[in-house]
Parts: sequence; structure tokens; C-alpha cells
Amino acid sequence: MIKIRKLNKFFYHPATLHALKSIDLDVHKGETVVIIGPSGSGKSTLLRCVNRLEYAEGGDIFIEDKNALDPKCDINAIRAEVGMVFQSFNLFPHLSVLENVTLAQLAVRHRKKTEAERRAMALLESVGIAEKHSASPDQLSGGQQQRVAIARALAMDPKVMLFDEPTSALDPEMVGEVLDAMRKLAKGGMTMLVVTHEMGFAREVADRVIFMDNGVIIEDSSPGELFSNPRHERTKAFLDQIL
Amino acid sequence: MRYTGLDKPKTKGYTYFWRFVFAITVAAVLVFLWYATTKVEYIWQWGRVPQYFWIVDERDLNSEFDGQVLAVDASKIVIRDEYNAEHDIALPKDANVLLDAGSTVYYGDALARYEYRAPGILLEGLWITLQVSFLAIIIGIAVGILFGLARVSENPAPRWWAIIYVELIRGTPLMVQIFIWYFVVGVLVDELLAQAGLPRIPALWYGVIALAIFTGAYVAEIVRAGIQSVHRGQTEAARSLGMTYGQCMRKVVLPQALRRIMPPLAGQFISLIKDSSLLGVMAIRELTKATREAVTSSVQPLELWFTCALLYLVLTFTLSIFVQYLERRAVRR
Ligand SMILES: Nc1ncnc2c1ncn2[C@@H]1O[C@H](COP(=O)(O)OP(=O)(O)O)[C@@H](O)[C@H]1O
Ligand SMILES: [Mg+2]
Repeated sequence: MIKIRKLNKFFYHPATLHALKSIDLDVHKGETVVIIGPSGSGKSTLLRCVNRLEYAEGGDIFIEDKNALDPKCDINAIRAEVGMVFQSFNLFPHLSVLENVTLAQLAVRHRKKTEAERRAMALLESVGIAEKHSASPDQLSGGQQQRVAIARALAMDPKVMLFDEPTSALDPEMVGEVLDAMRKLAKGGMTMLVVTHEMGFAREVADRVIFMDNGVIIEDSSPGELFSNPRHERTKAFLDQIL
Repeated sequence: MRYTGLDKPKTKGYTYFWRFVFAITVAAVLVFLWYATTKVEYIWQWGRVPQYFWIVDERDLNSEFDGQVLAVDASKIVIRDEYNAEHDIALPKDANVLLDAGSTVYYGDALARYEYRAPGILLEGLWITLQVSFLAIIIGIAVGILFGLARVSENPAPRWWAIIYVELIRGTPLMVQIFIWYFVVGVLVDELLAQAGLPRIPALWYGVIALAIFTGAYVAEIVRAGIQSVHRGQTEAARSLGMTYGQCMRKVVLPQALRRIMPPLAGQFISLIKDSSLLGVMAIRELTKATREAVTSSVQPLELWFTCALLYLVLTFTLSIFVQYLERRAVRR
């Protein structure tokens, strides 16, 4: 589903930084892959390269069979197939919850309004927030907003979902409701690439866990193995620090 | 300002004392004005101001022929002239006919007397100011949004044009720009139009364009700041859903930006209404020029200039109330 080959990403401001160093990664259909690693290790950058919110100068990223780094590709068509959920929700504050979920369906998928609204209501229902459909985003709690953001991404019927620390900006009591929605999604067979610090979620839901440090994938194994029996010193040090 | 608790609490006496000081200073200014006018023996005649708003005049309708009145009715007088041609002369409403059928008339004789009513010079000036400001605001918004978008574009051609435009307009006095529009651009364009056999463009339009282009530069900067104030995450969320740059601008960024820039825009348009007073130099008789003409023909400069200022205040105040209403509606949605 996602095939990343020799991906290199540099930042030139404020100083030259080799943020991703020759990353190779495959995410297969229906798989949930969790990325963990210390802050600044390039997890977000890797995710953002996949739907080209950051442009990587070197390497290839295939989404199904389309290369997102090919300058000639239709990046908007690729992005429509790749949902993304941000740490800071990024709901559109000038639109209602329902309009947040229908906007791109109308603009990108060219669905009819009634059809888009039906799809939106079904998704809001499935993340348990349908009764707030006419509220404004700033009337919702963080957990509710993040669930709307998940519904908004799912409304495009994406083939892959990217999550960049979806629970890091939430008060502790709201983390569960968002993780529940993600768990449900993974069980339903969605292909997911998730950056998170929720080790419980990783252990339970992930098919594979990846440990990144300093722009390099250090370890890529099953959650059971990585958590109980890490092969690398740095993985072990990181896990000792957070657990 | 309400008491914030940052400083020592104020006593009741403090508030009353300074309110009193305020009232005294206001009164002092008014008294000085009154005293100064009595010293120069100025005679206040507010009663003479309304005629500059609305003219009511007794006027005569004069004959343009030598001849004989054949018939008179409520709407017209029929005259046969010395060459035996008959003329119907339409009467204004409620005219007082002074001649009967059969009388002889000579050129210049009063046929009827009527009340002449028309808008006065101040009302006409106010109307011109309103028209010019309204048109300039509409065009200024369009120009401003266009160049604001150009300013944040990745394409260097529109971006550099926007930078040059904004710098040129902001770096030169409006008065000079008005002269350039009227005496340079206007002359060139009129010459080209004349060569093409087309009619001239009225001065009013050069005034509108001068103000619109001037305001557009400031609006462009306000729009740019508004766009840049919308959090980057909004663009990223929209684009990550597959929306194009244009869709993202139209449906996500601009609606949020425009809402945020309402107050500075209102300030800009209030400036525009006031700046329209400079258009007098290109023979547009807007409110200020109208007042100046009224002052020369009367000798009531104080009443007329105060009236003029009050009219501008009414315009600007109405606009700011309207914008506040729009803002409140935007917030409520
Ligand atoms: N837009 C950017 N410009 C410059 N440096 C950046 C930018 N985004 C991220 N970085 C740098 O790249 C490195 C990886 O960042 P990031 O991917 O956000 O890490 P993580 O998500 O793992 O915490 C960090 O050192 C960060 O400072
Ligand atoms: Mg991050």
C-alpha cells in the first residue's frame, strides 16, 4: 500500500539538517504500523512526506502504484486517498461540524450535498459525535474535535490513514475516546500509519512497531518483540525512559 | 476603562473630580469659541444653512415669443406667435398662471409663477461623496483581494507586481496620485479616446479610480496579513484532503482571513471617505468642494464648515456601525 524507498529529507533553515536518512518502509494493506521515537527524531516529517506536506528531494514514495514524489503526479488525487489526522486537530473553525466533514467531499469528490451529508452523518455516528453535527468546532472538547477530524479524513474514503500524535494535545481523560475510534478503524481493516506515545495502544493494536531516532529507522518488529525484547541499545534506552 | 485591580483602588471622589475636570475643559473650549466669534463680531445664522441642502424659490416662467395666449389650462399654456405658429408651453406643477386667454405677450413676459424646489449644493456634494466612496470601496476591495492574493503567491510575476504596487502607492502622497490620474493618465486616455472617436471619461471616474487604487494597496496589505494570520494547519488540513490551492484559499483561508480583517478594513474605508475630500482638485464637486463654494457665496463659513464636518461624521459613523453589525453577525454564525 505504501512503499517508501531511500527517502532523504533535508531542512535548510535555520541550519542544514538531514531529517530523514535513507528511509525504507513498507506498509501493507490492512496493516497498522506504529512509529515511536524521541522528539525530533523525524516521525512527523516522515508522515508529512507521505502526503507531501513536506517535499523530500530524494527517494520514492509509492502509494499503491503512484509515486507521490514524481513532480508530474496529480498530488491532489493522491492526497485524497491518504487521510491525515493532526496533533492539533486543525478543524475549520468557520464551519459547523457537519460542514467540516462535507467540505472536501463536495469540493474534491464532487458528491451531491445530500449524499455527502449522509456519509458525514454516518461517520460522525461511528465516532460517536453525531448529535453535535451543527455545533461549531470551538464548542467541542479536544477529544470531540479530534474525533470529528478523524471523520473528516474518513469521509474521503481514503486507502491509508496517517495519524501524527493524535492524542498528544488532549487532556488525559479524553485520550481514550480517540484511541477507541482508532482501534475500531484498525479492526475494520484500515491501513494506518500512526505516530504516538501511547504504548498501550501500540502494544494492543499495532501489527508492527517502528522505532525511529535521528532520522533513521532503528528497529522494525512486532509489538510483542519490540517492547519485551528490543534488539537495539537505543530502543531499550528509549523504552526504559518512557515506561 | 474599568478598574482592573492592577493599581491602588480609586476613591469615589477621584472619579467625580476627574469627570468634573472633563466637563470643565469641554465647556472652556466652547466658551473660547463663542468668545472669539463675538470678538470678531461674527453673526451666527444657522437659519441660512438649510437653503444649501434644499432650494425653495419663487420663480417666473417667461415667454420666449411675441404673440397671443390662445388657451390656458392646468398643465399648459398655448401661445400663437407672430408667425402664426402655435406653441404648447408646459407648466410646472401648482404654477400660478398670470395671464388669461386672449392676452398679448411679449418676449420675456412672466407667464406664470411657480415654486422651484431642488437639492442644494451641499446635498449634491454629499451625494457625490457617497457615490465616489461607495464605488471606490467596492473596487478597492476587489483590487485589494486580488493583490493580496498575488502578494502571497509563489509565482514571482504577480508577487513582484503586488510588491511594486503597494510600495508605489504607499510611498507617494494621495494628492500627487490624484494629480497624476487626472492630469497625466486622464489627459492621455482622453486623447486616445478622442482619436478613436469615443467620448471622454467623466472626471468622477478618475476620482473613483484614484481612490480605489490608493485604498486597494492598503487593503492588499491588510488581506495579506489576514491570510498569513490564518494558521498554517488550516492550509495543511485542507490540502491533505486533496483540495487544490484555489479551493483551499476560497473555502478555508479567505473566509477566516476576511472575518479577521473586518476592523482594519473598516478603518481603511473610513479613511477613504475622508480622503475623498481631496477630489475637489479635479473639479469633482464633492462635499468639501461644495462647502467651499457655498462659503464663497454666503458669508457663513463657521456654520457651513461645521455642517460639512458633521456630514462626514454621519457618513463615517454609519459605516463603522454597519461594519460592527457585520462583525457581530460573522461571530454569531
Ligand atoms: N519545517 C521545518 N524546518 C526546519 N526544521 C524542521 C522543520 N520541521 C521539522 N524540522 C526538524 O526536523 C527534525 C525532525 O522533526 P519532526 O519530524 O517534527 O520530529 P518528531 O515528530 O519525531 O518529533 C527536528 O530536528 C526538527 O527541528
Ligand atoms: Mg512530531
